[in-house]
Amino acid sequence: MPDPLTTRGASPPSSLESPREATFAAGLNSAPSRSTAQTAIEIRDLNAWYGEFQSLRNISLDIPANRVTALIGPSGCGKSTLLRWINRMNDTIPGARASGTLQLGDTDLLARTTDVVDLRRRIGIVFQRPNPFPKSIFDNVAFGPRLHMRMTRSQLQDVVEWALRKAAVWDEVKDRLGAPALGLSGGQQQRLCIARAIAIGPEVLLMDEPCSALDPASTLAVEDLIFELREQYTIVIVTHNMQQAARCSDQTAFFYEGRLIEVGPTTGVFTKPKQKQTEDYVSGKFG
Amino acid sequence: MANTPDSSPSGAAETQPRALGSNATARGPLESVELLSGQPRRRRDRRFRLLCIGTAAFSVLILVGLLGSILIQGLPHLTWTLTTNGPEPDPQRAGIRPAVFGTLWVCLICGLLTLPIGVATAILLEEYQPKSRIGRFLYGIIQLNITNLAGVPSVVYGLLGLTAFVSMFGLFGTAASDQDTQTSRYEIGVRYFDQFFSEGERAILIPVDSASAPMTQPVAGMTALNFYGEEIQPTVLSPGQPLPTDETLQYTLYADAEAGRITQQAWYYFSLPLGRGVLAGALTLMLVILPVVIISSQEALRAVPGSLRAGALGLGATQWQVVWNVTLPSAMPGILTGSILAMSRAIGETAPILIIAGIVYISRAPQHLMDDFTVMPLQLFNWISRPQEDFHSLAAAGIILLLGILLSFNAVAVLIRQKLHKPLS
Repeated sequence: MPDPLTTRGASPPSSLESPREATFAAGLNSAPSRSTAQTAIEIRDLNAWYGEFQSLRNISLDIPANRVTALIGPSGCGKSTLLRWINRMNDTIPGARASGTLQLGDTDLLARTTDVVDLRRRIGIVFQRPNPFPKSIFDNVAFGPRLHMRMTRSQLQDVVEWALRKAAVWDEVKDRLGAPALGLSGGQQQRLCIARAIAIGPEVLLMDEPCSALDPASTLAVEDLIFELREQYTIVIVTHNMQQAARCSDQTAFFYEGRLIEVGPTTGVFTKPKQKQTEDYVSGKFG
Repeated sequence: MANTPDSSPSGAAETQPRALGSNATARGPLESVELLSGQPRRRRDRRFRLLCIGTAAFSVLILVGLLGSILIQGLPHLTWTLTTNGPEPDPQRAGIRPAVFGTLWVCLICGLLTLPIGVATAILLEEYQPKSRIGRFLYGIIQLNITNLAGVPSVVYGLLGLTAFVSMFGLFGTAASDQDTQTSRYEIGVRYFDQFFSEGERAILIPVDSASAPMTQPVAGMTALNFYGEEIQPTVLSPGQPLPTDETLQYTLYADAEAGRITQQAWYYFSLPLGRGVLAGALTLMLVILPVVIISSQEALRAVPGSLRAGALGLGATQWQVVWNVTLPSAMPGILTGSILAMSRAIGETAPILIIAGIVYISRAPQHLMDDFTVMPLQLFNWISRPQEDFHSLAAAGIILLLGILLSFNAVAVLIRQKLHKPLS
């Protein structure tokens, strides 16, 4: 197995390596020790519709700060919908509406008056397929800062380097920042997209199946990255990959047909699920 | 599904025993089906390819024939005279220079007007989709209209241009080119003079305020301008008095001399209504090609992957920032290619220009936006409709020139496409 860690510039804290290895053995990580986190996003009685179709039913969920929350469930269960409501990406879809409470700190995320531009600066998103712009690597990362901030050229260079280092691609691209981003491999492109999201200093990172279009080695690299990034960011990740949820999340929420069936520390959800549906799903009986 | 051995059947199918060992039952209903021979299929494939080659060769042959006959007839007349002279009654001295400049002026202005309007419309229709039902209904109507307008015959646009641009529904009086000096119109960049005579450098000009001012009568002591624009005091003689023989003759005129009203138009001359000028022609051609430009720009914008828009929106870009930084740069090659092809169509348009400009004798290139003009297809049409054989050959030479301009436009389109084209995802 190629170890993506060896390609990194900044060596990660050694404490991070052992939980990941332990995760492979037990299929879980040590979440309970981190259970006293503040709530970053508060969701109460959230209902959402696409036209006549109700995609979310009475969701109530607390997303803790500086933790990784995994949303799992079969296709069409509403987990991506929830993610897209958190930073209002659903605004672009005609007929999409929601009711209930969705709060990031004091900000009402559903209010019509909320400035979505500012909102999306605070809540970054990484998509399923890597979608770098057809520009240079540098311009991709500098895209967000150029939208939101006034800075000098050297400040911008610092930000780009910092974001690329954080996303663990700096060493691979530092010699060709002017090269087109589309020339990178899929895994590098996805980490570039994460760097692009980090570069505007968000509080929350949303990830919509960030590894589903990647090969196993790149998947591991991105998972390591997620594990590391939770020190600074609140991360919500949608995944179809049970092992991935088990490996890199602290809290897991299981969705089925628009309802939140079960939520709890990842260890609990995977070893002692309280609901029959959850047990069937995490053990691979359906979905 | 059930006949592929490695698929795991679910539900009721699972109760059936799977015949992995026996090949016969594994094929299921396919057992009793006869396989088609590859031979007739391949023959049909070959025949279809021959048909395609045949049709392509036929159209190329026709093109070669057309070009050949034009080249044979026109090449001997393709001389510098053609590009330097204006239309003359003598085919040996006639040229197409005013028409070439007319075409370039009209197409340049038409392009400058069409590109922003067309691209902006396409951006509105593609990138700013309304969410309300009424908005979507309105957009549907606009889209339907644009699609239909692309198929309207260009003569119809010519008539529309005549009403809307040349005379502007009569809202601003009569057009300048209608030579009606009694009606007022809105204009800037023009000066009027009453000219008494003009023989070489001997001229007396009296500035007047407007086109509708009464004609100047010669009176003693009046101020006038000479040919060079210097102020002079002309001598007014009563009728019958002998003219001086010395150099004061230059500034001498009879009291009963009649003046003619002349105009001097600056390069920025502008009048409302537009009249039968370059601008009216360009606006009319804009109407002709605008639907094509809008539709091709829409196609180019639609081809930009939605994931790029989502990526930019997710970074907190406003709709305009998405369009300006992501969508438009990615769609630019397509937009430019479509627009330049539309421009090539505009170069060849004759009918609407015929209605706007008419068949007039134009001996010089346009000097300002309101100037009378002609375009190459009109000049060629004019020559072809004459009886003399020489004019027909001249027209052939003109066609070669027109084709040359057209092909260089298309070459620019190809170059831009190759330079800007990048993979998008």
